[in-house]
Amino acid sequence: MRGKIITISSGKGGVGKTTTTANLGLGLAALGYRVICIDADIGLRNLDVILGLENRIVYDIVNVIEGRTTLRRALVRDKRFPEHLRLLPAAQTRNKEAISEEDMERVAYEAAEMADFVLIDSPAGIEHGFRYAVRPADRVLIVTNPEVSAVRDADRVIGLLEAYGRAEPSLIVNRIKPELVRRNEMLDPASIVDLLAIDLIGIVPEDRSVLSASNRGQPVVLDKRSSAGQAYRNISRRLVGEKVPFMDLRGPSFLQRLFGGA
Amino acid sequence: MRNFFRRRRKSEKEVAAQRLRLVLAHDRANIEPGMLEVLKDEIIAVISKHLEIDAAQVKIEFSEDEAETRLVADIPLKTARRRRR
Ligand SMILES: Nc1ncnc2c1ncn2[C@@H]1O[C@H](COP(=O)(O)OP(=O)(O)OP(=O)(O)O)[C@@H](O)[C@H]1O
Ligand SMILES: [Mg+2]
Repeated sequence: MRGKIITISSGKGGVGKTTTTANLGLGLAALGYRVICIDADIGLRNLDVILGLENRIVYDIVNVIEGRTTLRRALVRDKRFPEHLRLLPAAQTRNKEAISEEDMERVAYEAAEMADFVLIDSPAGIEHGFRYAVRPADRVLIVTNPEVSAVRDADRVIGLLEAYGRAEPSLIVNRIKPELVRRNEMLDPASIVDLLAIDLIGIVPEDRSVLSASNRGQPVVLDKRSSAGQAYRNISRRLVGEKVPFMDLRGPSFLQRLFGGA
Repeated sequence: MRNFFRRRRKSEKEVAAQRLRLVLAHDRANIEPGMLEVLKDEIIAVISKHLEIDAAQVKIEFSEDEAETRLVADIPLKTARRRRR
């Protein structure tokens, strides 16, 4: 059976697409699913370093499309889950025009024959790179931040997907700061979902461990103590159809904090 | 002075949500906010040919619910006003 192709997109740049792709890829692999992550951000390769796999790359996606190697040989095995997670790196010294929508579709479909999930990390923007990234998708996850500009761009992407006749995307609100939401100083996930009128699949808190995770190439989903990691573990389980309640982002109570509980 | 103490400052969240609501309404309808002003002037001109309206009070804005976006025009008539007094 062909695996499911999921594209992670956003419109606006820098909202957390690559972070999300890496964490969900590892999250699904940890659950025992076979995953192939495709870095579709040609010219701005990042998924490899976020996953900590940059030293193992031999071939990239453009090599595969140009027939210089096979998909199977280009895939880089993950160190932590070698039997479950593989990465198809972006080309770093080419640009997005090097591949067409049909090329991406062919590669993604081929990958889907070898995995339960194919995750495609989309480039920012709504141009060619965005279009080829969503072309083969069975499902699109839209990442946004609790900011006016990011939500507006998410709405634009949702509208485009609708115009392409695609299935309705699901939303991930990333970088929520619970204290600010509590003080009404930040858009809360409920208001964003209300404005965008799409399904919510995850709320990821702002978490300093995301930075140190990217420094080390060890995504937060592997860190049992990280709140963002917990959020990504929850989203991974929702992706495979489990019902997982949304995290209580009000944080540990004062007493819990005092006594180091929860 | 009357409203001074009662007026609550809007929270940053409310300001952001309100701005977003407007921006999204214009984006989705593919009309620039300034264009709405132009439209308003034209509507006023057309209706004024037939009815006496209170041009300064005319409001044209988007209203959104889950199902659809509509353009709502609120055009007070001068005569109706006089009668109410
Ligand atoms: N939940 C989070 N908490 C803290 N920092 C975060 C979080 N999510 C993302 N970041 C940081 O935000 C930055 C951008 O993240 P990322 O590279 O994943 O975004 P992107 O959408 O892929 O960007 P681009 O559009 O350039 O591809 C990174 O520095 C990352 O560490
Ligand atoms: Mg990225």
